[in-house]
Amino acid sequence: MTRRVLTLSDQEARLAFWMLFPTFAVVLALVIFPVIWNLWLSLKPVSLGDLRGVSLFKFNLTLENFQKVFGDPDFGAVVLTTVIYTVAGSVLSILLGLMAALLVHGEFPGRALLRGLFISPYIAPVVAVAFTWSFILDPQLGVVNWVAVNKGLLTQPIPFLSQRWWDLDLLGVKVRVPMALSSVILFEAWRYFPFAFLFILARLQAMPDELYQAASVDGASPFQRFTHITLPQLSPVLSTLFLFRFIWTFNKFDDIFLLTRGQAGTKVLTIKVYDYAFGEFNIGASSAVAMILFGVLSVFVLIHFRWIGKGASPYE
Amino acid sequence: MSREQFEGTIIRILRVVGLLVFIALVAFPFYWMIVSSFKSLGEILMSPGNLGVDIRKIGFRAYYEVLFQHGFLRYICNSVYVSLITVVLSVTLATVGGYAVTRLRFRGREFMSYSILLIYMFPAIVLVVPLYVMFSRVGLRDSINLLIVVYLAQTLPVALYMLRGYFQMLPVEIEHAGLIDGCTRLDVIWRIIIPLSAPALASVALYTFMIAWNEFLFAFMFLDTPEKFTLSRGVVQLAGSVHLSKQLVMAASVMVTIPIVALFLLFERYLVRGLTTGAMRG
Repeated sequence: MTRRVLTLSDQEARLAFWMLFPTFAVVLALVIFPVIWNLWLSLKPVSLGDLRGVSLFKFNLTLENFQKVFGDPDFGAVVLTTVIYTVAGSVLSILLGLMAALLVHGEFPGRALLRGLFISPYIAPVVAVAFTWSFILDPQLGVVNWVAVNKGLLTQPIPFLSQRWWDLDLLGVKVRVPMALSSVILFEAWRYFPFAFLFILARLQAMPDELYQAASVDGASPFQRFTHITLPQLSPVLSTLFLFRFIWTFNKFDDIFLLTRGQAGTKVLTIKVYDYAFGEFNIGASSAVAMILFGVLSVFVLIHFRWIGKGASPYE
Repeated sequence: MSREQFEGTIIRILRVVGLLVFIALVAFPFYWMIVSSFKSLGEILMSPGNLGVDIRKIGFRAYYEVLFQHGFLRYICNSVYVSLITVVLSVTLATVGGYAVTRLRFRGREFMSYSILLIYMFPAIVLVVPLYVMFSRVGLRDSINLLIVVYLAQTLPVALYMLRGYFQMLPVEIEHAGLIDGCTRLDVIWRIIIPLSAPALASVALYTFMIAWNEFLFAFMFLDTPEKFTLSRGVVQLAGSVHLSKQLVMAASVMVTIPIVALFLLFERYLVRGLTTGAMRG
């Protein structure tokens, strides 16, 4: 067999292959393969103790893990917590981001500095800000409780991150607030509002001044200009932001794990992945929850690509 | 007073009040982190509500203890090592890969470009357990170099996507001139693309550094040996071992926060660009 002479385009393709090979290999080994491996594990009875045995590769597939996960007595509660956490966390972070962007939009001295300051919760390492907030909210050593009790605002300190319910008496109406969950949601809003802030600010700055001038000439007041021009102009970026924040909050593990370890009514699905694997040593059930997360994520990513498409993506 | 003036006044008041509230909410935790790190254990226990700083009592005892008694000197070195190597590898591979995706013709190029976007939406929590199982089995898990490879997998798709977007805007004619003069593709990348892409490379480098420096989950799950801990892993370890000595945890938190915030303030422009293209992760 004679060796085929490579055409120029073959050479180009070959070069491209080698240039992309390292990236491709790393992603294949550490992203694609784990997801497939995860699916395999979720269909097998595997405990943490089995990791060194041969049973990992045996073809004894079962739906036991999914049955266990769905049959878990707290599964419904966990799903509900996840939904509340995800929706409330996403909405609040976007609302705060919108407010911050409107405040910083426009020309005034110190604006660049403020922008830098407002992004810092998002830049700072999660361990640092999570431990700082737990310290601030600590019932014994925390500054919030200490000041509130000393000023007579509270009769006793509130364990913001370790109490499940907080009974409030609002003018005779009894309200039960999920205490730890609310705290975690507020932390989420604090830490991720810069994300929405950046995109909304960029969009605000790209808006043509003529629209506002024309509206002013027509007699629209500042509030009317906001509701009739600014908001409609922002709505595509707001809905895309919501989708992205939803996806990422849904898959967020670090923040809740560091703040409460999933205690006091803050157990979400991602914490379940960890608890099954390292609390119950049940790798199979853990992988099953991960597959559920992955399935939901895929649906939302599809929605993003099909429905919203590239046109309104926030990375423009 | 016209409606225009009336609403204008209200907006101005709301804006000042809003800005003050925001500044307080955002800055206070950072302020508290720093102030508490200068306190002694006695002050933390006796007067948790003291909002001010007593200049005469400022002490670096907590930093000394964290650095020399809790091993943070080592963790700083580890974090610097992990982050810098991740940045160098990620920027290099993404430049080469990004160039191939933009300029070279090959089958599956379109597919490649789209799947890059998909890849970086895979959440860490879905990957961590199978990777834990996989690397525990082969006995490689407790390794700082493995951590670098994991961070590469996390950052490369974003980096490549960002650079691809930038390379597409560069005029291809200059490269043709170079290629006709006998440059290889790698020469072109080295002599033409890299000098022209300095701002984009800076964005990618900063973004990658931030991801690697701040990463917690993989470091937490993979590293067992204290000598190998990164800073984030070290802070978690410290917080779990000291109960009342919050000043130590705060000093450690300051140490892990300062470098990234300083870098950010120095190169804000680049990082903001990196964040707005690559911020989808997180």
